[in-house]
Amino acid sequence: MSTEAVHDEHHDHKPTGWRRWVFSTNHKDIGTMYLIFALVMLFLGGASAMMLRAELWEPGLQIVDPNTYNNLLTNHALIMVFGAVMPAAAGMANWMLPMMIGAPDMALPRLNNLSFWLLPFAALMLIMSFVVPHFGGGVPINTGWTLYPPLSLQAGIGMDFGIFTLHILGISSIMASINIVTTIVNMRAPGMTWFKLPLFAWAWLLTGLLLIVIMPVLAGGVTMLLFDRHFGTSFFDAAGGGDPVLFQHLFWFFGHPEVYVLLLPSIGILGMVVPTFSRKPLFAYKPLVYSMFFLTALGLVVWAHHQYTVGMSKEVTEYFMIGTILISIPVGYMLFSFIFTMWRGSMTFETPMLFAVAIVLMFSFAGVTGVMLAVVPADLQYHDTYFVVAHFHYALIPGALFGIYAGVFYWLPKWTGHMYDERLGKIFFWWTTISFNLTFFVQHFVGLAGMPRRISDYSPVFTDFNQISSIGAFAFGASHLLFLWIIIKTVRGGKKVGDKPWDGAQVGNAGLEWTLPSPPPFHSFSTPPVVK
Amino acid sequence: MPAKKSNRRLALGLVGLVAGMFGFGFALVPLYGLICSATGINSVGAGGRHITESEVKSLGVDAQREVRVEFDATLSTGLDWEVRPKVRHLEIHPGKVYEVSYFAHNNSDHEITAQAIPGITPWQATQYFNKIACFCFNQQKLAPGESADLKLRFVLSPDLPRKYHTVTLSYTFMNVDRTGLRHAVSSR
Repeated sequence: MSTEAVHDEHHDHKPTGWRRWVFSTNHKDIGTMYLIFALVMLFLGGASAMMLRAELWEPGLQIVDPNTYNNLLTNHALIMVFGAVMPAAAGMANWMLPMMIGAPDMALPRLNNLSFWLLPFAALMLIMSFVVPHFGGGVPINTGWTLYPPLSLQAGIGMDFGIFTLHILGISSIMASINIVTTIVNMRAPGMTWFKLPLFAWAWLLTGLLLIVIMPVLAGGVTMLLFDRHFGTSFFDAAGGGDPVLFQHLFWFFGHPEVYVLLLPSIGILGMVVPTFSRKPLFAYKPLVYSMFFLTALGLVVWAHHQYTVGMSKEVTEYFMIGTILISIPVGYMLFSFIFTMWRGSMTFETPMLFAVAIVLMFSFAGVTGVMLAVVPADLQYHDTYFVVAHFHYALIPGALFGIYAGVFYWLPKWTGHMYDERLGKIFFWWTTISFNLTFFVQHFVGLAGMPRRISDYSPVFTDFNQISSIGAFAFGASHLLFLWIIIKTVRGGKKVGDKPWDGAQVGNAGLEWTLPSPPPFHSFSTPPVVK
Repeated sequence: MPAKKSNRRLALGLVGLVAGMFGFGFALVPLYGLICSATGINSVGAGGRHITESEVKSLGVDAQREVRVEFDATLSTGLDWEVRPKVRHLEIHPGKVYEVSYFAHNNSDHEITAQAIPGITPWQATQYFNKIACFCFNQQKLAPGESADLKLRFVLSPDLPRKYHTVTLSYTFMNVDRTGLRHAVSSR
């Protein structure tokens, strides 16, 4: 058989063995690989967090030296942001978007394969960055994920591995975003007009566009860092006339919108979950879409609120302060929209809905501390304390991670054809939520009392709260073993489900995935469905 | 297939956007300097202003007012020197020219070239801190075991707002050989 014949043949069979995965161009298989990769990274990032909390169990140095502590802390952030949350969201996009909008596959299936298979190499590179300092590679990456110079210019060879990790991850997520945006714009089924689009697709369209705009700026910034380190340029090196603060601007031009990259897919998932279990269409769908646009646009122009202490003039900080406070309007709008969807709905509380309700509550809390941090005179006090750590964990764990959990429980029956164990799901929900709050709530207080972040030691007065925090963290980490078990159990068997495992799943602008069997066939929508 | 074609067109457009944003990142390097100096919204080159002897006369001395100026020095990583200000602080009159010096000594067994990078605290006082001559305008080269007196002539503008009673001038000395820099730094 010539290669051309293979090409033209419309094969309905699955490729078998390792070829099915390595050469995959199937959106469902690639989605599965993304999700598995994200889960592995979640455990890796979690393990580094466990080591941090073990070190912080007592004041003084017990387990790791300060440089290794800061390297673990950097890894925790990089792995969770780029290894766990973003690939998990991309995996969901791969799995769900073509089925939701009635497309046979992603628009650019081969690019899709490449964007996934870059990730394991990036992970390997990041692990290398952690290993080489222990074999004579100099000072480890001790900067935190922000990689600020001059510290990042002084670190050893591990930093170069870290920079290349970011390059690979950046290329991967840019390609994934191009694919997703193209799919949503071009591949919608006939009749799937813009304002019939499921909210998850809207959320990913904006996420994809954001990534396309910000990722290249980060890539440029870390490239300059690499040049300063090795090729004698002085973009950031003050000795040659460079300005370290410039890097902060480049980083946060990427870094702040990145928060919305993590948040928006989860908002999209909530936009699917909340109507389903309230058995009511999403309240004010169109304004909700507009508020996502508003959030995206505003998110791009408020980055310097991370840099109030670098010595910007009063006028500039005032602009960034007002812009940042304005962000609470679209975000608040989204949360109200979810609350009004629940209002007088026939609510039931299956695991995805429990997560959704908890997200609305806990994310609002992060919003409140976010406004506190946006206020310049207050921020000068809170800057670089555990208050900030508590704030962004309240934003990212409910806002990004719990949203993904809600999505996993919501779509797991669709993916596997089996219903997950609802009792275990509920136990997982309560276990994670309580232990998460135990971990991070007290960090607000130690932060306000002045405990600085990114330091492996602390004043003995903070011991009690840090031990509460560590106990919470260990429980939070352990809860994920249950999560893993629930997933394995559901994949291996369980109650068979029909096309529509949730009876409320087709209210409002629901996706077309519920018109397919569970699990869906390897190739779905070969002839486009027509949306009425 | 028309769908394939439009996919390609859109994807290529997005690739163009990626390339544009990558360029934008690099364009920010000169733009950042330009915007900051044009609008004065940031204290880029935060080492005070460079003025000439003749400009000093136009400032006029405010003999009624005393401001405390403190001197400080820090070594960056990988510079095996000893550096300290010869006087830690001075009580000065704005508008009057003062000369101070820093002591520098190369502790290593090889020649090292260093560049001193100034910083002024509070940063709002930066624009009132005028330097007539400064070792920080040039790179400093010291042979192994060599010592030097690094001179600084400065004058504080009398329009320094009244609320500032103390101004700290801090230098960070950086090893220029280490970073591979060959060219001199523009005047500071």
